[in-house]
This record gives sequence, C-alpha cells and structure tokens, in this order.
Amino acid sequence: MNTRSIRKFVAVSAVAVMSVGALSACSNGDGGSADGVTNLTFWHNGTAEPILGIWQDAVDEYEKANPDITIDVVPIQNEDFATKIPLALSSDNPPDIYFNQGGGLLATQVQSGQVADITELTSGWLDELGAASGNWAVDGVQYGVPYASQVVGFWYRTDLFAQAGIDAPPTTLDELNDTVETLKAAGIAPIAVGGKDRWPDAFYYNTFAVRECGEDVLKKGLADADLSDDCFTRAGQAVIDFIATEPFQDGFNGTPAQQGAGSSAGLVANGQAAMELQGTWDKSVMQGLTDTDLDPLLGWFPFPSVEGGKGDASATLGGGDGFSCTQEHAKECVDFLEFLSNDDIQTKLVESQVVAIPVKAAASSAITDPVVKSIYDFNSEAAYVQTYFDIALPTGVGSALNDAVANLFAGQGTAESVAEAVKAAK
Amino acid sequence: MSTTTAVVTPDVTTAAGSPSPQGTTRRRRSTLRKKLELALLLGPATVLFVAFVFFPLVAASYYSLFDWNGFGPLTDFVGLDNYTKALGDPLFQGAIGHNLFIVIASLVVQLPLSIALALLLNGKIRGRTGLRLLVFTPYVLSEAVTAVIWLSLLQPHGVVDGLLEGVGLGGLVQLWLADQNVVMFTLFAVITWKYIGFGIILFLAGLQGVPEELREAASIDGASGWQTTRLIVLPLLGPTIRIWVFLSIIGSLQLFDLVWIMTLGGPAGSSTTMATYLIDRGFRRYEFGFGSAVAIILFVICFVFALFYQRFALRRDTQGALTGRVE
Repeated sequence: MNTRSIRKFVAVSAVAVMSVGALSACSNGDGGSADGVTNLTFWHNGTAEPILGIWQDAVDEYEKANPDITIDVVPIQNEDFATKIPLALSSDNPPDIYFNQGGGLLATQVQSGQVADITELTSGWLDELGAASGNWAVDGVQYGVPYASQVVGFWYRTDLFAQAGIDAPPTTLDELNDTVETLKAAGIAPIAVGGKDRWPDAFYYNTFAVRECGEDVLKKGLADADLSDDCFTRAGQAVIDFIATEPFQDGFNGTPAQQGAGSSAGLVANGQAAMELQGTWDKSVMQGLTDTDLDPLLGWFPFPSVEGGKGDASATLGGGDGFSCTQEHAKECVDFLEFLSNDDIQTKLVESQVVAIPVKAAASSAITDPVVKSIYDFNSEAAYVQTYFDIALPTGVGSALNDAVANLFAGQGTAESVAEAVKAAK
Repeated sequence: MSTTTAVVTPDVTTAAGSPSPQGTTRRRRSTLRKKLELALLLGPATVLFVAFVFFPLVAASYYSLFDWNGFGPLTDFVGLDNYTKALGDPLFQGAIGHNLFIVIASLVVQLPLSIALALLLNGKIRGRTGLRLLVFTPYVLSEAVTAVIWLSLLQPHGVVDGLLEGVGLGGLVQLWLADQNVVMFTLFAVITWKYIGFGIILFLAGLQGVPEELREAASIDGASGWQTTRLIVLPLLGPTIRIWVFLSIIGSLQLFDLVWIMTLGGPAGSSTTMATYLIDRGFRRYEFGFGSAVAIILFVICFVFALFYQRFALRRDTQGALTGRVE
C-alpha cells in the first residue's frame, strides 16, 4: 500500500471511528464514582425564578456539606416531562432524582423497573410529611417524596366582585350560578377556563364528581378505572348543565391555560374575567402575567357544595409536587430528598409564594398572606384530598378522561361519555 | 449515482503489494481509491442515516405490532390490531381529512397566489427589493414562533378582532380558534401567511430562468401580456411549479408544530392532523405501540406519494437521477 492510500485509509477509519464515538457519546453522561465522588443528575420543573434559585441554592448547600456528592441540576419545562421521562426511564441512564406528581402517573413509571423502592430508606422521616406522601406510594411501596401540596378551588377578583355588588363568595352551586348571572349583568366575564389545554376543563368534571360521589365509590372507581357508578353520570350531567349557563369567557375552547395575557390565568390577572377554577399554583402564574400587585386583588374560595351530592363538602380535588429516585443511586437520592424537605427549605418555598401548602407543618408559620393562609387551613381541615383524576388514573386513561371532558366543553358528548371514554382507554 | 460499477473486486492485500503488471495495479489502485473516496464521502452520512432514519423506522414498525405503554418489555403482541384500530378511529379519519383539506387548499389558494405575487415582484416596480424581503420575512420565523404569535393575536377581543373592527369589518369577527367550523380555515390562513414567501422566492428564482428573448419575440409577434404569461412564462415555470407542489403536499401531510401550539388539535378534535394525533396518542397517552402504528401509516402515505410523484410528475425534471438512465 502506498503512502497516499494509507493516509486515506487512516482518514476514512478516523471518520468512521469519530462518527461512532459521537453517537456513543450521547449515552455517556453517567454517574461515575471512580474517584470516590458520586455524581447525581437532578431533573426539576422549576425553570423560572424564584424556585429555580431555591433548588440551586439547596444543591449548592448540600454539595458543600457532602464533598463526595456532586449534583447536575437540569431544569426542564413542566410540559416536557411527559415526553422526556418515558424515554429516560427506558434508557440505561435515567436521572437519579426527578420531578413527578405521584398517583397513577408514578404507577405507570414504576412499570419501567427503574424507579427505586425507597420505603425503607425513608421510613425514619417520611411521617413528618403527613398524609401528602401517600400519593407517592404504589400498592404500599414508597416511590417518591412530595415537597408541596396543591388544592383546586376558585381564584377570584375581589375588585370585580365588588364592582358587580357581590359581597361574599358563593358557597353552594346555586349561589355560584347567581354570582355568574350577576357578573354577566355587570358586563364582566364570570369565569375564565383554559379549554385549549383540556386539563382545566377536566377540573370541573373532577370536582363535580368529588361532590356527587361518596369517598369510597370515588376511590374505588378511580382505582379500578371504572366510572360506571351513577354519581359519575350525575357529575357529567352537572358539567353539561353548568356549561349551559354560559359562565365562561368568549372562545374558551381556544384559550390556553397559562401562556400569555390571553390565557385564562392572564385574563384573571388583568381583570378581564372574575374567576378561575385552578390549582393553588395559579396565583404565581397570574402574578407572572401582570405588573399589578395581585395580593390585595385576589381571593379564593373552595368549589361550592352541590345539593343532593353524596360527597363531603369539605373534600377537595388536589395533588402535589415531589421527586422520585431511580435505582442506581437511590440511597444518595433519598439522603438528598431528606435534606430538601428540611424546615429551612420548606420555609423558603413558602416565603417565595411558590408553595402555598408546604408538606412540613412547621413551614406554615411563614405564611403571611391571609388568602394563602385560608387555603392552607382549608387543606388541613379537608375531609380528604382527591388527586386530579388524570394523575390518579394510569396515564393513558387519564388523558382520555381529559379529552372526553374537553369534548363536553365543545358541546360533544353526553353525561355518560366520560365514563365510556375511560372504559375504552382502560 | 456513480457511473462506475465495481468491476474489480477490491482486494487490499493484492493492491498493496502483488507483483502484477503495472497497468492492472494502477487500475486496481484507482478502483480502491474510488472506493475509499466513496466511503469517506458517504460514510458519515450513511452512519447518520442508518442510526437516525433507518433504525428508528425499523424499530417503530416493530413496536407498532405491540400493545406497549413505553415502559417495560414488549410482551403484548397484537399483530396488526393497532393499524385497524387507528384506521377505524373517527378521530384519525378526521385527521386525514384535515390534512387533505390543507393539501387541497394549499394547491388551490397558495399556488396561484404565489405565482401571481412572484410575477408582480418580478416586474419593474418601485421598492421591489424591500417588498421581496417583506413577503419572505414570515418564512424565516420558526413555525413555533409563528404559532405563539398568532395564538395571541387571534384570541377573542385580540389584535385581529380589533383590526377588523377598526376597518369596519367587525361583522367578520369569528371565534377563530374556538369555533369548530372555523378553526381549520384559521390555521390554513396562518400557514399561508407563513409559507407564501417561500413559494414566491422559489417562483422568482424560476422566473429568472425564463429567457427575456422569448418574451420579446412574443411581444413582437403581438402577444398580449396575459398571453405571454400563459403561453410562455408558465410552461417554462413548470419544473419550479412541480417541485413547489411536491414540497407543499409533503409539508401539508406532516403538519404539526403550528397546530399543536395553537389548538392541540381541538376543540373536540376539529383541527387534529395525523401528526398531532400521533403525538397525542404516543406521548400524552403513553400508547407507544399504537403511536408507532400511526407513525408508520403517516410514513407510508408520504412515502408512496413521494415515490409516485417523483416517478410520474417529476420524471422530466429529475431525469437520470432517479430513473437510473440518461435519455
């Protein structure tokens, strides 16, 4: 072989090797512990301040106290978790610590075999987090730890209520209907809903079901993904009847929930709609969409009671945010999660108003806003908190439920169609 | 494709040091060199193609035969059930219909419009460069950015409604994205806004290939402007039109970003496309086996169309390149 062809041969081989190397490099970010330092990857959904900084500060503090641990923090947009997690959990290299919302979603993820059983590792301190952690257990096995609870209720504009001459928020469905009429008469869009995103529609079906169904029927129906009980049909009918009173803003089926001033959160934040049925987090979303200080303008009331319903009127729809660990570094992950749930960090989350309902009771003393305090108390006194149906059910079924409720909002379907969709997706 | 098919089997050892006659060695060397060149030039692309196109395609075909939620092993073999389920789902049938609507509307509206605007901008008018730049601007935006902008502009009582009311056309105001009977037209208008510039630039380039002499000759023969356009310019624009049609149809069949961001396929599935249906089932419902089947259906539709179009419509334009012979 002459030198020219040798050179070429080398060049070709080099290119080939480099291509292969480039491909395998994609799967190379492992947590090597050759030098005694364990590297963890931490995926969370706090992409904006203040929570972004709170997690980063916590990591810095933890790394300082534990020189043998380094943590790569990867903030990921909340909506991207749905696509990234299944891919990560089917790879050889899932994140060591990752955000999730528990329930049926977590149960689906557990099927990957990658999510770590942390029952024993957390047994010493999990009790301190109260009942909230139950949502991160699947068949009695603990697969995650919450850092915040959320409940769903109506956020409302006190100034618009006053303008329409309404002195107290409604406590029954009839009163809510009256409130809607009064607001309409005053030329105010009564309720904003982010129908484009579908899950905000589902909050109506879910809360009506919480009011219509007794606790046992509700829990069993969701556990079996079987909503054939009559109370679920009544919930479906209640949604249809409620939509028929035209309580929502114009074009609500095309409105996004949280993006931009035209979103349902934006409409309330800018005084263009009076109410929104949303999770506790919505206040910080709204505040991000306006320059006005919303503290004096926002009130909150729980979903009203429904006459004849078998559900406890103090029960509520809700859920929480937390983290899970994967197998390889489960022990280190749990140690970090224990650190994360310390009173100090919990208090910071409360003070920044990112979290209204901390899982540690001690942090609740940091709540200063009377509205947030009322939500915290409501949650503490609730008969029970039912996880959002789309999270409680296995993922595919939950999405099918959301889609079916969204169809009701678009005028398609009957009182039974949600139960039928759930059955079909099971 | 290369015109040399390998006549001599490459044999590195003999090429390296065999005592064969000078001529043969040189020939072998040059063959070897060609092979190495090919390997060097095509190698990286081939590796990438196999890794990121061919392998995922094979994997998706395999997944599509299972009922699989993306977690754990593939155990639940269901044969072609996913395919029959998809094709029998009214929502997916609706999605195919929406894609066809975009395909046809693009051909009927965008094609004449972009040719007309290209002809206009090809004439000697004031501020031509500025206008050309202006119509091309939307095409430079990413589809996601376009969608976010129009999503806010089209909200009720938003900018678009305000503009219409401002010019006395308030009666035309619709629930652009919330009305199930309007939403596809709204999306089509946004698509047209975004992609018309691309068509115009393409046709402007095509128009540069129409010799000025032919127009002059036609006008000397007494042809009117319209006759010149119809009988001389348009036929010579044929190859450009055919390639535009090809790109437009493929783009319309794969429509995703814009719809996903603006409507998520709603309300009640009234703007679902094949691609949004696929992502919705795959990633939102974790039906990865089913989603793979939908992906394969979408692929087959696009691939079959592409093959037929290339074979029949583009044959003259790509002669030799695809048919394998030069006539």
